Amino acid sequence: MSEARGLKSWLTTTDHKRIGLLYFWTAFSFFLVGGLEALLIRAQLAQPDGHLVSAETYNQLFTMHGTTMVFLALMPLSASFFNYIVPLQIGARDVAFPRLNAFSYWVFLLGGLFLNASWFVGPLFRAGMLNVAPDGGWFGYANLTERQYSPGPNIDFWLLGLQILGISSLAAGFNFIVTILNLRAPGMKLMRLPTFTWMTLVTQFLIITAFPVITAGLVFLMFDRFFGAHFYVHQAGATPILWQHLFWLFGHPEVYILILPAMGIVSDVLPTFARKPLFGYTVVVYSGILIGFMGWGVWSHHMFSVGLGPIADSVFAATTMLIAVPTGVKIFNWIATLWGGAIRGTTALHFAVGFIAMFIIGGLSGVTHASPPADLQQTDTYYVVAHIHYVLFGGTILGLFAGIYYWWPKMTGRLLSEPLGKWHFWLQFIGMNLAFFPMHFIGLLGMPRRIYTYSADLGVSDLNLVSTAGAFLIAVAILVFLYNVWRTRRHGQPASNDPWGGASLEWSIPSPPPVYNFSVIPTVTSRLPRWRTELHGPMQDPPAVPPAPIHVPGGSWWPLVAALGLPVMALAPLTHTLWVVFVGAALLLVGIYRWAFEPFEV
Amino acid sequence: MTHAAVTHHTSMGLDNRKMAFWAFIGSECLLFGSLISTYLVYKGRSVVGPYPHEILNIPFTSVSTFDLLMSSLMMVLALAAVQRGDMKWGKIWLFSTALLGLVFLGGQVIEFTEFVHKGLTMSTNLFGCTFFVLTGTHGAHVAVGVLWLLTLGVRALQGKLGPANAMTVEITGLYWHFVDVVWIVIFTVVYLIQ
Amino acid sequence: MSEEHKHPSVDVYLRVAAALVILTVLEVGVFYVPAFRPVLVPVLLVLSATKFALVVMFYMHLKADNKFFTFLFGAPLLLAVGVMAALLFLFFGALTLRGAAGAG
Repeated sequence: MSEARGLKSWLTTTDHKRIGLLYFWTAFSFFLVGGLEALLIRAQLAQPDGHLVSAETYNQLFTMHGTTMVFLALMPLSASFFNYIVPLQIGARDVAFPRLNAFSYWVFLLGGLFLNASWFVGPLFRAGMLNVAPDGGWFGYANLTERQYSPGPNIDFWLLGLQILGISSLAAGFNFIVTILNLRAPGMKLMRLPTFTWMTLVTQFLIITAFPVITAGLVFLMFDRFFGAHFYVHQAGATPILWQHLFWLFGHPEVYILILPAMGIVSDVLPTFARKPLFGYTVVVYSGILIGFMGWGVWSHHMFSVGLGPIADSVFAATTMLIAVPTGVKIFNWIATLWGGAIRGTTALHFAVGFIAMFIIGGLSGVTHASPPADLQQTDTYYVVAHIHYVLFGGTILGLFAGIYYWWPKMTGRLLSEPLGKWHFWLQFIGMNLAFFPMHFIGLLGMPRRIYTYSADLGVSDLNLVSTAGAFLIAVAILVFLYNVWRTRRHGQPASNDPWGGASLEWSIPSPPPVYNFSVIPTVTSRLPRWRTELHGPMQDPPAVPPAPIHVPGGSWWPLVAALGLPVMALAPLTHTLWVVFVGAALLLVGIYRWAFEPFEV
Repeated sequence: MTHAAVTHHTSMGLDNRKMAFWAFIGSECLLFGSLISTYLVYKGRSVVGPYPHEILNIPFTSVSTFDLLMSSLMMVLALAAVQRGDMKWGKIWLFSTALLGLVFLGGQVIEFTEFVHKGLTMSTNLFGCTFFVLTGTHGAHVAVGVLWLLTLGVRALQGKLGPANAMTVEITGLYWHFVDVVWIVIFTVVYLIQ
Repeated sequence: MSEEHKHPSVDVYLRVAAALVILTVLEVGVFYVPAFRPVLVPVLLVLSATKFALVVMFYMHLKADNKFFTFLFGAPLLLAVGVMAALLFLFFGALTLRGAAGAG
């Protein structure tokens, strides 16, 4: 069965594998954009009294760097694996709602373009280029974000862009929950799921519960900015602290949304390259679930300097310290998985082990934040920036690269070069430590966050220079990776079904898989179907040719059409034209109605 | 609303769409919970009037509440009719539910207009913005529900709705009852507890 | 697994509707009768919670359906209530007549 090719087939695709690839390339592009923003930040901070960019531009740079990395790079990179790999791991032909899946992707792409358009459209708002990008920080604290203090369209781009992106994540959340729970192959009991799929499931529950809270907060901000409401206006009796609560009620589960998938990837990668099952699978799964629940109880540790009072501070300090426990448990289980294993030092394994080491460091600085008195010294300084980047770069990014090197053969049919991969890893590993480790000291020596320059008197000039060098080393590493990718397209070693000796179902089918994934849906009898263990032999891989024709749903235009309605609607407040809302709403409605009534058999 | 519902085998034996919808309703609890929490946190903090006790009309809103509760009854009767194949009463109850929904919306329009005339707008005070955003969001949900019900009603008139796709009606019902249930909370928390 | 056959009869639906009407009358009554002022809030919360439960259990069929749906709805509901309670607790002390948080 040959697959359709050409632009139309991609625009109308409902195939989870194609959508996974779309997510990957789009997200990686945004990762490069965010990385460029980081390089500009670091270039500005390389020396005291830097003049590379103005303060206003700097505010936009760090705001867009954070917003882009969190919402347009890390989350969608994880989503590319949710999309491509989860249906394969559970033995399904696709996700529960393939068109909703496509819709999620298009909304993500359009939301990301909407947000980044702000870099270029300054002249349309009677400002210069590079003047109207969001500039209130990725966390957009009120009341700086009120119209009075941010009169331009910058914050409007931010709040509208995030609302659009939220819809993408929510839709995908519902889709993957149903997929993982309801589309498993016979015998694929929940406690036989690969850890990556389990962590994906927990992540989706976090998404569908956390995103509505920030939606409310953003709606309030929108009404304050456009309709004269006073949700965050002190003079009206309100308080900007409400924004902080709503943002961090979302924001803390969000960081677990960012890390759990990477933890899942690592939990799949380590056993493969240690040729040993994950140590304490049950405990690792339950720890992930526990982290999900407990993640809801710690949000005000982002607000220790706000004056919540001793009771609130103590409660959140306690809950924050407690949440380190299930995380620590996972780390011990990963180490125990490697211990005594037959280690193969592939690039994927390097990244997975790097993840463990870097996440430990990030976790330790996190634990120091859990103490309010200590945090009072650390908050709003570069110490926090160090923590964030150790857990998100050293954690999530390294974990994602482990997944990239691990699943690249499955997704593309070719193996990335291992020697180039090792170069990539070491350059990135050294680069990130050079970039972020000094920040612990820079912060404690007194350099605040979000300042566009600093005085030489502060005594942090040399450390900042080292940090900048590290950032550029990371850039070199990424270039090595890009070269690896480009070279592999033509010269990469073709991959068999299972180049690594993996245990889970995705390795039982060709690389890349046929459009229907499994010629015959397997019946699963263990947690490690493809391995021989003391308890069972390896499964029979599905036959190369399906015994009977398999129906595969066709494509659909309507997810894209419906998705287009959203940024069009968002243009209305930006341009102060009411009728644009109706055009966007019409697009959305037409898209939904045609979608609902078109014949589409899963 | 699509072709006849093909009951695929599923791992948990539950309908995919129904499971997705309950997950969606769970998610909506957090949305309305945030809106209601904000209303409660800002209760009594308005610096200027009009204040709730001056302006909320309990008799009028009680009628609205009855209206919405009765619409839930009609919704459930619609489902029962469609499930047993009685499309005549299925259509009647579906359109009746939509009608009561429209009546509710009409009541909201009247109420909002009244309030604006009495000097309460989105920008007047905290009561204004928290009230209008909370009840406005709820009203928007009702409006979507009415549109959804009318669409189903039209499909029924076209002969495209029947017991084979009763699940669609059931899920419509889940949405409608949830919107009703949110109103139950709003009626108590905003109107009765002042 | 077909749950269609387990749907309640029209009779049950009507009785639930009657209960909802009575509970609403009681709610409004409690609001207007001055003698109930001291216990207004707890009584209203109980009455509206009962209405909530009746609609969810019978009209939304949660009582008879697979328990997993109860989890899908109940867990986020509990979370929302918990968040609401936490916010009320956090703000109760913070927003005093002295002004926004930070004054104490």
